[in-house]
Order: sequence, then structure tokens, then C-alpha cells
Amino acid sequence: MSLPAYLPVLFLVILSTLFAAGSMFVASKLSPAKWTAAKVEPYECGIEPQEGGVPGGERFPVKFYLLAMLFIIFDIETVFLYPWAVAYDELKVFGLIEMLVFVAILVAAYVYVWRKGALEWAE
Amino acid sequence: MTDVPPGYFLALAGLMFTIGVIGVLVRRNAIVLFMFIELMLNAVNLVFVTFARMKGNIDGQVLVFFVLVVAAAEVVVGLAIIMLIARRRASANVDDVRLLKW
Amino acid sequence: MPLDIPAVRLTGIAPEIALCATALLLLVIDAVLGERRNRWYLPALASIGLGLSIYFATEAWGTTRLELSGMVAVDGFASFVKITLAVFGLLTVWLGRDFLVRERAEEGEFYGLVLFAVAGMMLMAGAADLIVVFLALETFSLALYVLVGFRRRSLLSQESSMKYFLLGSFSTAFFLLGIAFVYGAVGSTNLYGGEDGPGIVSSFMATGASDVGLLILAMGLLIVGLGFKVAAVPFHMWTPDAYQGAPSPVTGFMAAGSKIAGFAALLRLLDVTLYPLREDWRPLVIGVAVLTMVVGSVLAVVQEDVKRLLAYSSIAHAGFVFTGLIAANDRGVSGSLFYLATYGITVLGAFAVVAVLSGRDDEKVTLRDYRGLFYDRPLLAGALTLFLLSLAGVPVTSGFVAKLVVFGAAIQEGYWWLAVVGMVTSAIAAFFYLKVLVVMYMQEKETEDAERVRSGPLSTGVIGLAALATIVLGLYWGPLIDVAERATLFFAGG
Repeated sequence: MSLPAYLPVLFLVILSTLFAAGSMFVASKLSPAKWTAAKVEPYECGIEPQEGGVPGGERFPVKFYLLAMLFIIFDIETVFLYPWAVAYDELKVFGLIEMLVFVAILVAAYVYVWRKGALEWAE
Repeated sequence: MTDVPPGYFLALAGLMFTIGVIGVLVRRNAIVLFMFIELMLNAVNLVFVTFARMKGNIDGQVLVFFVLVVAAAEVVVGLAIIMLIARRRASANVDDVRLLKW
Repeated sequence: MPLDIPAVRLTGIAPEIALCATALLLLVIDAVLGERRNRWYLPALASIGLGLSIYFATEAWGTTRLELSGMVAVDGFASFVKITLAVFGLLTVWLGRDFLVRERAEEGEFYGLVLFAVAGMMLMAGAADLIVVFLALETFSLALYVLVGFRRRSLLSQESSMKYFLLGSFSTAFFLLGIAFVYGAVGSTNLYGGEDGPGIVSSFMATGASDVGLLILAMGLLIVGLGFKVAAVPFHMWTPDAYQGAPSPVTGFMAAGSKIAGFAALLRLLDVTLYPLREDWRPLVIGVAVLTMVVGSVLAVVQEDVKRLLAYSSIAHAGFVFTGLIAANDRGVSGSLFYLATYGITVLGAFAVVAVLSGRDDEKVTLRDYRGLFYDRPLLAGALTLFLLSLAGVPVTSGFVAKLVVFGAAIQEGYWWLAVVGMVTSAIAAFFYLKVLVVMYMQEKETEDAERVRSGPLSTGVIGLAALATIVLGLYWGPLIDVAERATLFFAGG
């Protein structure tokens, strides 16, 4: 193993650590420290945290999970497009037809999901 | 660069698989159980890739594609089932699931 | 890099394609048409798809070759299993129709999932590559996980679905590790091998081409994965729960379908490709078989819930089929096939009766609910009696012939003591079938039903057909045995 090849990586690690630590140190020295109630609240993209709720706020609506799961399943299917794309020149029309059949199956699934109302966000 | 001996990869995969098995046996939260099962599947993927390198053919890497896709389908079905129960029970602990005898 | 495009002949998987295409069409039609009062067209379409797959499977009867680059075997064995599975699928769809209308459940998804499950099971029968076995296993398992949780209002159903799912994917991980070890030992996951590349069979012919130690380890892991699907002890923990929680038509389908699919893969794997290693796998499988027969029969005796009782009975039956598999001769294989086909039809009939009797929400399933059934509903009680006698292996029913054939095969190979264990456990098992009969005929009914579910025309038809098959095959078994014997013409490789 040739160590010199990894030197840039080492430099990057050292530099980024120094930069992060340095800027935090400088900020803590330069800024005035005034603690108010608003500052110790958990940060939630500017939305006020829920009264009495667990830190981290409200529950996500179940629809969010539904969409996320549908995304995963359609997303992972694209893994089969990569080998097809790499071998496209050799496969020619045969590969194209195969891929059309594959995509047609995905479209059928999409139509099903759409018509069943799984993609509707509003109530 | 020198090669890392394939035995190391197999040892790592064996370790991952064992952690997965032990995790499934000792943990009680359905989602955590499920994550350990995924760890076992990923250990198998590592075994496939390692053998593909040792054998010098690419079949093992192709198999990983299939495992990934099937695992994703399994995740979706599994999470849907777990979610259905969690919505009615507000818990994903398998010990709370006791309408049935084990 | 030049690339050889493999010759693609889809005849090998035509039954599976027919089913998947029908299922997709069915789901899309259901989603597009939306809610209607009577969706009679859905079971009709599902039946057409299953009929088509029977036609394609019959077309392939008599050929013996590998297709799709050696991924799929087209042989009599695969055809026999596929036709049997399609018949199970038809019975399930018809039985499910009555159940779904009664429970007002989602119809399209049910038929779609049943068709996908049947397609996966069929692919198991013809798979000539372990990765195809894996894909087939997952296809039908995922469909079954959802079907088990199909009673949306019942927490019991959903819990059993979760248990089945978690234990099922746990066992799948072991199965997959087994495939990885085969790949490491042989350099490919193919069962046969040939010009395209190495395989398990071809690696035995070339000495030193495979790592036998690793292969034996792999074999153990593969048996764990498939043993789970056929409900063999000690991988049976999910069976009673899943059987109890699932809707009754689905339970029947699981018992019949996943058993024949799992055994189809086991038979091809152990009795054909790993036949040279039989001295290594036999001790392991004999242990599993004896445990399965004993545990299934003994634990069934104490069950108070009819579905759990039939679940333990299904475990015991897996043990009986194992005796045929262990024999590993032609008679053993054809006997196992005959056993699985007749057991499937009988158990589907039994669960059809249970589905009708358990009423709304599938709830009345304890033995107490069966008290005095004969005086209340004599025809249903009579049909259930017939199915239970067949499961017990009483002469003049198909169950008796099936047991005779598999035990005979074991004796032929010198495993007479295994056959003795089988007979003793059958006698224990007869006790709990008798217990149900006693409850039905000799006890008084406690309370009047608030509402009574009538058997729909489709359920009645399924029960009638299953009863007829149970009797006819008990008296006139010759033709089906002949067909099963011709189905042992495997693609043997080389």
C-alpha cells in the first residue's frame, strides 16, 4: 500500500477538523452569551414546538410513511436499468423490448397506486 | 496497493451475520428486529461479492442486485404490517403482541 | 465486448407469466372501476388466468429440458406441481369470494395476491437455479404475509401476520446464506450446470471442482430455509399462530400451497441435485422428520381451537411427506407428490367447512362451537368428518393411500423403522381427529346461534368437489399415482 496516495485525505481530515473546531471556538469567544427561553427550545425549522409534546414535536402523518415506502419500492427497481444501460449497445432491440415490458409492469403498479388514492396528500 | 485477503471480508460478513442473529434473538422491538434481519441480508451480500472476487466471475455481484430488490420489497411489506399494528396499539414491542401464544 | 443474447423461449414459465399478467390486469381493472356493489368479474378473471396456466402447464407435459439459460427446468415434475397448484388456486379463489363478500373486504387485492402467490409457488417447482428458488420463495411469501393479515378488523390477524413475517424473513436470511455458500463452493448457483457454466451436478462429475465441506454446510442452511416453509420442526413456531390468525380460506391455501411448493424445491434439491451427498443429508433430514411427526401429533392433542389443531396436524403431515423424501427413490418422489396433492385438496376442503362455520369475522373456531354440529348442520358435519378421516389416514379415503405409498417407499429403502414411527404417530394423530368427531356427534349444543352464516354456492361447490376427490382418490387411486410416477422423470442434468 502506498501511503503517499492517501496524504490528501489525511490533510482534508485535519483541515476540516481544525476549521470546525476553530470556528466554534472563535464564535464562543466573540459572541455575547445571553440565554433566553426561546434559545433553549429544540430547533424545528422555525416552527414552535408543541406544548407538552415529546421533544421533536408532533407525529408525522401516516401518509408520509406510505409515500416513503412507495418511493423506496419504485426507486430500487431502477437498479435494473443500470446493467441494461451499460449493455444497451449489444442488446439492441431485444433489450429495448425487454425493458419496455419491465417498465410496463411498473406503470401498471403506478396506475394501481394512483387510482387507489395512495398519492393523495390532502384529506 | 496490496489486496486485502478475502478471508477478512468473509470474517467480517460472518461477524455481521452473527450480530444479526443475536440481535433478532435478544431484542424485542419489531422494527429493531427487522433492522437486524436486514443486517443479516447485507452480510450475505458481502459474502456474495467476496466469493465473486475469489472465483473471478461476476455472477455474485449480479445476485446482490436481486437480493437488494427483494429486501426492499420485504421492507415495504414488513413496515406496512408493523405500522398497521402500531397505529392500533401505539407500540411496536413484540412482547405486547400476545393475543396469540408463542 | 461481444455479448451473447440468450435464446429466450418463454414456454418454460408460460403458466407463471399467465398468472402474473392476469393479476396485474385484475388489480388495474379493480382500481380503475372502483367500488361497485357486485364485482363478479374479478373472481371470473382470476379463474380464467388460473385456467390458462393449467393449459400452459399441460402443454409442457412430456418435455424435459432447461430453458432461459439453464435457469428454469421444464419437466414432468414441474408440470405436475404447477397443475396441482393451479387447482388449489382455483379452489381458494372460489372460497375467498364468499368470504370476501361476507366480510366486505377488498376483493381485487385478495385475488391478485393469491395469483401472485400461486405464480411464485409454481416457479419453485421449475427452478433450476438457487437464485430463482429464492425469488420464487420471496414472491409467494410476501403475498402470503399480506394475505394472513387480511382481516383488517382483527388485531389477531395482524399480529399473526407480523409474527409470520418476522420469522419468515429471519429464515430467508439463512436460506440466502446457504445460496452464498453454494456459490462459494461451486462457483455458480445453478443446480445442474452445463455448457453455460458450472453447477452443482456438473461439479460432482468433475472431481475436485467443488468444496464438498462448504457444500454440506450450505445444504444445512438451505434445509433450514425450506423447512420453515413446509412447517417442519424445529422451524414450525409460526405455523399455529399464522394458521389461527389468517382468514380460513387463506389458511387452507397456505397449508396446501406452501407445503407442495416447499417440498417441490426440497425434492429437486435433495433427491436430484444433491443425491450423491445423500449419506450426508439423510441423518439431518431423518432427525427433522421424526421430530416433526412426533411434535406435530403430540401437541395437536391438547389444542382447543380447530384452526390450531389443523395447524399441528399440518406439521405432522410434513413429517409424513419427509419419509417419502428420505427414501429418495422413484416411489418416494411420486408418493410425496401424490401425498401433497391429495393432502392439499383435503385440507382445503376442511378449511372450507371451517370458513363457513366460523361465521362473521371468522370468530367461532373453538371446539365448543362445534358441539352437536351433526344435529344442527348434518351435511357440513358429514363433509368435515370425511376430511378428518382422510387426514387421519383411514381406509377408503385418499389420505390412507397416500400414507401407504410414502411409508412403502421408505420400507423399500430399508427405513422400516421410520415407517413404524410414522404409523405410531398416525395412531396418536387419529386420537385428536376422533376428539373433534366426538364433539360433533356426541355432545349437546350449548347456545343457539344469534345469526347463522349460510354456505354460499361457491363454498358448497368447493366442499363438494374436495369431498368427491377425497373419496374417489381413496377408492380409485391408480390414475393419479400413474401420473405422479411419470412426473418423476426429472431433468437430471448432464
